[in-house]
Amino acid sequence: MPINYDDNTYEVIRNQDRCINCRVCERQCANLVHKYSEYYGRMTSDCISCVDCQRCVSLCPTKALKIIKNPNSYRDNANWNEAAIKSVYKQAGSGGVLLSSMGTPEAYPVYWDKILINASQVTNPSIDPLREPMETRIALGKRPQNIVRDGNGNIVNTVKNSLFLNVPIMFSAMSYGSISYNAHKSLAIAAEKLGIFYNTGEGGLHRDFYKYGKNTIVQVASGRFGVFKDFLNAGAAVEIKMGQGAKPGIGGHLPGEKIGEDVSRTRMIPQGVDAISPAPHHDIYSIEDLRQLVYSLKEATNYKKPVIVKIAAVHNVAAIASGVARSGADIIAIDGFRGGTGAAPTRIRDNVGIPIELALASVDQRLREEGIRNEISLVAGGSIRNSADIVKAIALGADAVYIATGALLALGCHLCRSCHLGKCNWGIATQNPDLVKRLNPETGSERLVNLITAWTHEIEEMMGGMGINSIEALKGNRLMLRGVGMTQKELDILGIFHAGE
Amino acid sequence: MLKEGQIRIPSGCAISGIINKDGKRIDGGEIARSIAVMHDRSNGLGGGFAGYGIYPEYKDYYAFHIFYTDVAAKQACESFIEGHFDIINLSKIPVRKIPEITDEPLIWRYFVAPLPTKLHDSQLDENEFTLRCVFTMNTKLKGVYVFSSGKNMGVFKAVGFPEDVARFYKLDEYSGYSWVAHGRYPTNTPGWWGGAHPFAILDFSVVHNGEISSYDANRRFIEMFGYKCTLQTDTEVITYIWDYLIRRLKLTMTEAAEVIAAPFWEKIKTMPDADRERLTYFRTVYPSLLVTGPFSIIVGFEGGLLALNDRLKLRSMVVGEKNDTVYIASEECAIREIEPSLDRVWAPVGGEPVIVKLNQTGENKCL
Repeated sequence: MPINYDDNTYEVIRNQDRCINCRVCERQCANLVHKYSEYYGRMTSDCISCVDCQRCVSLCPTKALKIIKNPNSYRDNANWNEAAIKSVYKQAGSGGVLLSSMGTPEAYPVYWDKILINASQVTNPSIDPLREPMETRIALGKRPQNIVRDGNGNIVNTVKNSLFLNVPIMFSAMSYGSISYNAHKSLAIAAEKLGIFYNTGEGGLHRDFYKYGKNTIVQVASGRFGVFKDFLNAGAAVEIKMGQGAKPGIGGHLPGEKIGEDVSRTRMIPQGVDAISPAPHHDIYSIEDLRQLVYSLKEATNYKKPVIVKIAAVHNVAAIASGVARSGADIIAIDGFRGGTGAAPTRIRDNVGIPIELALASVDQRLREEGIRNEISLVAGGSIRNSADIVKAIALGADAVYIATGALLALGCHLCRSCHLGKCNWGIATQNPDLVKRLNPETGSERLVNLITAWTHEIEEMMGGMGINSIEALKGNRLMLRGVGMTQKELDILGIFHAGE
Repeated sequence: MLKEGQIRIPSGCAISGIINKDGKRIDGGEIARSIAVMHDRSNGLGGGFAGYGIYPEYKDYYAFHIFYTDVAAKQACESFIEGHFDIINLSKIPVRKIPEITDEPLIWRYFVAPLPTKLHDSQLDENEFTLRCVFTMNTKLKGVYVFSSGKNMGVFKAVGFPEDVARFYKLDEYSGYSWVAHGRYPTNTPGWWGGAHPFAILDFSVVHNGEISSYDANRRFIEMFGYKCTLQTDTEVITYIWDYLIRRLKLTMTEAAEVIAAPFWEKIKTMPDADRERLTYFRTVYPSLLVTGPFSIIVGFEGGLLALNDRLKLRSMVVGEKNDTVYIASEECAIREIEPSLDRVWAPVGGEPVIVKLNQTGENKCL
């Protein structure tokens, strides 16, 4: 049937006056979009394969290229829009589930953009971070409720196994397999330099990276890929992944073509076979089962590592988090539905879950109403895009944030949302050795360090403006926030006033 | 217009405190003279005092000072008190009508002891029982505000300049071993007398000058433990933090100061092992009780005074000594006014508490 269900969304525009036929674009494109034609004596393009990753545009020495959205349009229809129509064509052709990568591109409200931050005027002074000490250091973990004194009356430090972070930002879980060796290495080096943590994701830990253990969070997910004693003890903390914001309710899926020798060894699974983690943990069908896994992991690590439980932000997240707080976990990570992923069914990514801002606010408030907020730490993730988002997240009640998409952008990702194809031209979401080597871990880690350093400066500036010289005093400090353009219900859930109030 | 409690009103202030370590009784006129010198630091919208050792004849009983908006409120409150306490004595607090102080509520004083059966049934200690009753009266009973609830101490406050408040309450007729005073410069009209300071709960009273930037972080933390911040003032939340750390967690005064005005991590790193361990513990367990932004506070308690500045010292505070008397004030002139020839005068370092307690003689005499 002549129905075009190809994703003919982008068009390659080549300025022939500038093009020098150097064929860089051809060599750089793993999607085989560019080709030199001997017949015409010039470059030609196969636009259908283009994912708009901007690799050719960035590397073209004469700036002869641009990628534009194909202006070809279907007849206007606000209900049956082009994306809706194309999805039907695709599925009618393939009979398959639609797959997507990275966070949802749909126009859901971004509450960060409707929240404004306060500053001091007259009645108290703002603090200049260039001239006064400004503290961004925090500790994550379980907190005792009683003070214990020794025989001499001195307070005994009964806090065990805290994670200390120089700045309350961590690199969120991305598995080796979904991203490349060099991407993992960049994250590990940067975490070590910054005094923060990166997260292995559910794919085990490559032997070469055990040396970054002090700055590593190892993840145990439903597939248990690469989980064994050494792995659990290699990191500074263990994270149980119960859910992921981009795809609540389902497990991960790493296509067999991404599973080469190295990934196979690290994951402890055969080469070339799809790695599909189950939707639930089959040993956790209820909250009391979670408690058992938490303590199994604590036993396996001699009670030396804090256990993080990561949950997706879903409708009942506050009650769930309250249960998790009572499960023995030391830290809860909440992942909002705008968060990224290496591959997810499109319909789930775009329709399941709730925004992190609302989830975070309601979890923090619920834990306070239960009187247990101080016993446990809270990490928020799922589309934290800049330092202002971080300040807002902390003021809403987070101890720290997880970032992943932002970190990938620092490494060169252009959000083409095609990770699941395994042909990442930037060497990030691929296992093809020729592509992987495009990402230099030294440069990559430097860019990550730059990003977090820059954000830290900005956080300090905003804190100073509010007259706050320790980020601890910002945590849960919702009076520092005001909403704009929100309904009263939204404001109530966020626990903030409207601007002007 | 909203009254204080419904809105948060930033304020500037003057504070002053005196204590005689030997327990010699100082009359309330002294502290009034001291705070009066700093007239320009207040704007006539709030002044107040707390005196310790002022009710020796009733020192075993909680002294409730209560504002009522009307007689109905008084009746409701008295029936609550009778249901929970033995009332040993009750009276109007004597005041002097002066043109500077107007719109006063009904102001009553009760000396009470918890009913033994009620106390036993509550499974609480005497202080916790009384504290919860005070919270109930302040949040559940309309037109009732208990603004002083300690033993052998009392708070006197009003809307007005502090020197006028002192005349209004006839403070020169009271004498105690220690006093704190407050002159307020709120940016908005508080609308009622509850917003004046000191703020007190049980025998803790706090006067504070500053505007803390950690307010909502502190408030949302402390409210987990049964405290209700009904006034939305810094002083209120600081008082609750103080009560929580000292009375509930049994920290020492110095330790509590280390939580509230914790040293910077950079400094903690260089400390001897024991100090480093303790401070690391405080900063990891009570990060939400760190108070940032400018503050100078004087905390009055049974048997002593404590003065503390924020760790950057963003508010002025001076301490002076003469023999066995210690003076604390926002400005040195407020000390010199009542004791021109001091043995020693200094500005305490930010974050380092100055704690003055009655000596043995004083304790024998006053406690």
